[in-house]
Amino acid sequence: MKTRIYFIKIRARLFWWNLVDVFWKMVAHRSTLIGAIVVALFIFMALIAPWIVPHNPLEGDLFKRLVPPFWIPGSTNYLLGGDELGRDIFSRIVAGAEISLWIGFLSVGVSILVGTLLGAFAGFYRGLFDELISRFAEILLAFPFLIFAIGVMAMMGPGFWNLIFALTFKGWVEFFRLIRGEVMSETTKEYVEAARASGLRNRAIILREILPNVVHSLIVLGTLRMGYMIIMEASLSFLGLGIQPPMPAWGSMVNSGRPYMLNAWWISTFPGLALLTLVLGINLLGEGLRDILDPRLRID
Amino acid sequence: MGEELCLNITNLTTLFKTRKGAIRAVNDLSLKVGKGELLGLVGESGCGKSVTLLSILRLIPYPGEIVSGTILFEGEDLLKKNKQEIRKIRGMKISMVFQDPMTTLNPVFKVGEQIRESLSIHGMIQPTHGGKFLSLFYDHYRRKPEYRRVIEIMEQVGISTPDSRYYEYPHQFSGGMQQRALIAIALSCNPSLILADEPTTALDVTIQAQILELLKKINRERSTSMIFVTHNLAVANEFCHRIAVMYAGRIVEVGNVDSIVRKPLHPYTKGLLNSIPRMTDKSQRIEPIPGNVPDLIDLPEGCAFKPRCQWAQDRCNELPLLKDLGEDHFVRCHLS
Repeated sequence: MKTRIYFIKIRARLFWWNLVDVFWKMVAHRSTLIGAIVVALFIFMALIAPWIVPHNPLEGDLFKRLVPPFWIPGSTNYLLGGDELGRDIFSRIVAGAEISLWIGFLSVGVSILVGTLLGAFAGFYRGLFDELISRFAEILLAFPFLIFAIGVMAMMGPGFWNLIFALTFKGWVEFFRLIRGEVMSETTKEYVEAARASGLRNRAIILREILPNVVHSLIVLGTLRMGYMIIMEASLSFLGLGIQPPMPAWGSMVNSGRPYMLNAWWISTFPGLALLTLVLGINLLGEGLRDILDPRLRID
Repeated sequence: MGEELCLNITNLTTLFKTRKGAIRAVNDLSLKVGKGELLGLVGESGCGKSVTLLSILRLIPYPGEIVSGTILFEGEDLLKKNKQEIRKIRGMKISMVFQDPMTTLNPVFKVGEQIRESLSIHGMIQPTHGGKFLSLFYDHYRRKPEYRRVIEIMEQVGISTPDSRYYEYPHQFSGGMQQRALIAIALSCNPSLILADEPTTALDVTIQAQILELLKKINRERSTSMIFVTHNLAVANEFCHRIAVMYAGRIVEVGNVDSIVRKPLHPYTKGLLNSIPRMTDKSQRIEPIPGNVPDLIDLPEGCAFKPRCQWAQDRCNELPLLKDLGEDHFVRCHLS
């Protein structure tokens, strides 16, 4: 209670007092807290990966091919067992976290950038520009995401940046539609009129007056879409179109264990579990942030 | 009226082109505002008061269009200016105070920052880059002259403890304080004309009086001209030097406050005055004006008030001109 009062006192002086506020609400909201901790742990793990991997994730020891995890008799010093080439699965999962997170951050980041700018200008100016982009977005929406991404990857060939491109090429549409709608409703508000009356140019009104008012919904959708993008990357890697071996990506690890499912289940299971945990954490965080940030759902 | 004119509108017509036809929101309107004058613009909802104000700043939203007329502001025609020039006038020379302070202030920025921004738009102070970040660690703005300038303006409009109010958000302000903050924004560049669009309508009566007193003080001290839009003749009577009564996009009666209120000549002005509830005389009933505002797409021929006027005659089918009755009193009616 005392800390709360302390924060209320200083928050008027702080530039980011509302972030402090969001932080405390997050702590009070248990599932959000769990999600935040899971995501933070994965990020931390990816950051310190080079120092904590017990074995080289890229080079295997063929004598340790398909060795079981530590609690099954016959296991070696490989914590979660070895894969079909004798590489340590635990090390590969730790190293793979970095790739999954980069894919998530970058594809969502680029999508947000493109979608927000286009959406803000389309929602503000309307007219032909809006029509063209909206129709294009609707065409993109008519394709199923996975099939679309498979097509793009098949055309461009596998690779990290091609993967980012395939994911953002359709990923920006969600942000475009969200921001366009929000900006359209903000534009009718009086503060926009007042900004015009005080001599601000349109570009400045969009970027400096309207966008700060819609950022909260970007944070929520961005978090939720990040989980989706990570799943998409894993699906593409599983199909052999994403990150190529020997780079440790969770999707391709699940795929490489597929033929050995019956006698070495751990090869596919542990990367799959890692993926499940990370995406679950992200989704819990995203939903929690929505509850906290969306003023329509706000109780206090 | 002062000798020098601040604003001279002649034959301004603003149309909103819709599928059903053109809405004549402002119809051949002429209006003069002297330097340091408080002009009240009175009329019912939808009679074109706000559109007149927006026309002055050329802020008419999309289907609307200023078709004809001139708006001379300090000798220059605002309608002939290009985009950049008109933007330099908005907020700098002519600023606006809106009706609902809660929605007019941007909810996500601190009030002090918003006042500071209105100064920096027109180069009155340097915009601060990186200042926001540094202010996390120490009270950065306190040392800056622009911070002191904002505090000064906040003091002038009567915001108490501006030091801490600077850092508060609009929702932490009361309605009256929000309106003061808006007036501070409008005043920040020391404009020569303030357009006030029903600035007291959203406030309760005691706060209304304070805001009116503040606007009067500003007018006295800086001789800022103001156009004060209201639908409340009682407020206009308290506040203004001259009153212009609008009906269906036209001025129907202009004059100084005393002559308009003591001897109203247009039947519409009389009707408005009779609609004010009086506390002194319980037996007197309020007499509302019968009927509704005419459709602005399809105005009645001749005098627009004719269908609601109890003294309407045949000659009212011709549009009456604004007649000069001397003593700065003009009226648009055949009967006076």
